Amino acid sequence: MNVTIFVPRDSAALALGADQVGAAIRQEAARRRIEVSIVRNGSRGMFWLEPMVEVKTAQGRMAYGPVSTGDIASLFEANFLQGGEHPLSLGLTDEMPWLAKQQRLTFARVGITDPLSLDDYLAHEGYVGLRNALKLEPGQIVQQVADSGLRGRGGAAFPTGIKWKTVLAMQAVQKYIVCNADEGDSGTFSDRMLMEGDPFALIEGMTIAGLAVGSTQGYIYVRSEYPHAIVALNDAIATAYKKDYLGNNILGSGKAFCLQVTKGAGSYVCGEETALLESLEGKRGIVRAKPPLPALRGLFGQPTAINNVVTLATVPLILARGAAYYRDYGVGRSQGTLPFQLAGNIKQGGLVETAFGITLRALLYDFGGGTASGRPIRAVQVGGPLGAYLPAAQFDTVMDYEAFAAIGAGVGHGGMVVFDDSVDMAKQARYAMEFCALESCGKCTPCRIGSTRGVEVIDRLTAGEERDKQLHLLRDLCDTMSNGSLCAMGSMTPYPVLSALNYFPEDFELKSSR
Amino acid sequence: MNAQAALDIDVIKAIIGKSKTMPGAMLVILHEIQDAAGCIPPDAVPLIANGLNLSRAEVHGVITYYHHFRQQPAAKHVLKLCRAEACQAVGAAALAAHAKATLGCDFHENSADGVFTLEPVFCLGMCACGPSLMVNDAVVHARMSSGKFDALLQELRGMT
Repeated sequence: MNVTIFVPRDSAALALGADQVGAAIRQEAARRRIEVSIVRNGSRGMFWLEPMVEVKTAQGRMAYGPVSTGDIASLFEANFLQGGEHPLSLGLTDEMPWLAKQQRLTFARVGITDPLSLDDYLAHEGYVGLRNALKLEPGQIVQQVADSGLRGRGGAAFPTGIKWKTVLAMQAVQKYIVCNADEGDSGTFSDRMLMEGDPFALIEGMTIAGLAVGSTQGYIYVRSEYPHAIVALNDAIATAYKKDYLGNNILGSGKAFCLQVTKGAGSYVCGEETALLESLEGKRGIVRAKPPLPALRGLFGQPTAINNVVTLATVPLILARGAAYYRDYGVGRSQGTLPFQLAGNIKQGGLVETAFGITLRALLYDFGGGTASGRPIRAVQVGGPLGAYLPAAQFDTVMDYEAFAAIGAGVGHGGMVVFDDSVDMAKQARYAMEFCALESCGKCTPCRIGSTRGVEVIDRLTAGEERDKQLHLLRDLCDTMSNGSLCAMGSMTPYPVLSALNYFPEDFELKSSR
Repeated sequence: MNAQAALDIDVIKAIIGKSKTMPGAMLVILHEIQDAAGCIPPDAVPLIANGLNLSRAEVHGVITYYHHFRQQPAAKHVLKLCRAEACQAVGAAALAAHAKATLGCDFHENSADGVFTLEPVFCLGMCACGPSLMVNDAVVHARMSSGKFDALLQELRGMT
């Protein structure tokens, strides 16, 4: 009897000891002369339960977690290989409420399959989208994506179909597909999980994008902080080349698409698309003035479709099941699903993919279970370092792009960082300016100088020096940065700063007088 | 990794020669040199400039722009401690203070005993299980505490 056991290879699971757990299972099985196959799957995204081990049984996959090496002997004693009861038992994985309540479309395979196995990918609807796309004209592929309502999941939420249409209409010797995998926003990890947990989905999505806009060369720009994602992508790309899913004759169609990974070098602003293109060209990651848009003049001056990981990895599903299938999820102009990420001081942190339209409160409490510290949630920063800090009074806001814009916030890449009542919001506002000063590319003055002046003004404010004057100065400075900066780095840093100031003014009082 | 000895000029030339015709080769070359030498040695700059038909100033500009590239070798072990918001929410600042006090150095410096280099990093994508840190750009540790940090130092010191 050979039992299949799943031990995640996701880097967050590894950071919590998954490799050691896998080795201990192998050792204990050998000692008991039991044959086991260990599959290194992606993570299901329930990080408070990682490393979460699953066992394939006749009833389905049974989950146990969080498992440490010290639990292995007792798991074998409890006969976990047949799904036996144990204090770490979580029941059938598919029936765990946290997962059962989600609508996993883009993340349908993540945590289920062996990410590096092409066979496993094919057995789970992989490359159905590409096969369909190969039967269509480029314009028809673009139309499918446009009809699906898919918008850029990196944060800007620009309609993907319109971007692709622009690139398709351009005449050029060489067009490019670029994947922005420079996921630098704190509180976000969906790109990382997808690249580590289902790299073929991204490869397939980029191949379809190539067919759609007439490009034969793609680049995935991955941040250097994600070494495991880079390894997984390179492994999957090599397999795809070997099996003719990449190369000069994709599945015998005579169409070409080549793909390579480029490693970033620790610059946050390279997540901005034009800075990323500069970096890909081997230069300093300095933001370009727009226009021209990258769709017209992008990488090496050629028309370029640049999209986020989640955007591109969603395309195969749209081509496989049709635009309507995807569009029917969501609300208003926010169609489809978004992989939300619960982070920071949260009891049940992880990835929740669900249709737009859920409230922030449902994510924080129904899924997240409140704070890890057990104290009240005081503030949640939605959408990364450039996102607004929201107080409890805003938790009933519905997660959709327009509803968030209406309250002066942004959904961004879907990350939310939870803080309990021990947070000092003046410190968070100061940090936002400090981070901007550190990561500003330096091209435009409001961002380069404004961020440093911002730190100084907040310091004077919290020191109680001429408060009214400093408050006026800070708001004026934020106005200049918002309206005068070249890219989101400078123009959106005021979001965390002003939201902290507006919603939590008491934190900006002189410390000694509070 | 992080070899202290200066890299052989021929090795650097070979790295440049292999990739210089690639579009946008600069970052690829810099990564490969740093992976082999532990830093971008000053001697490499004119060679890269020559290979890519750029000025030395342009090469210098790229090296100094990116946080990842270093011009001096790091200590044996590089500890990158996450300073970003999600880790802040679960005690990253206290962990950073503990790390600095224990190692006897600030960020971007080497520990008093010369074994560790302490660097800040802004997000390792471990945001649901912080605070996190990465060792030698390869091994990530999540849910760090002062105690776990001390144990990690012990373990790394034991490795020769």
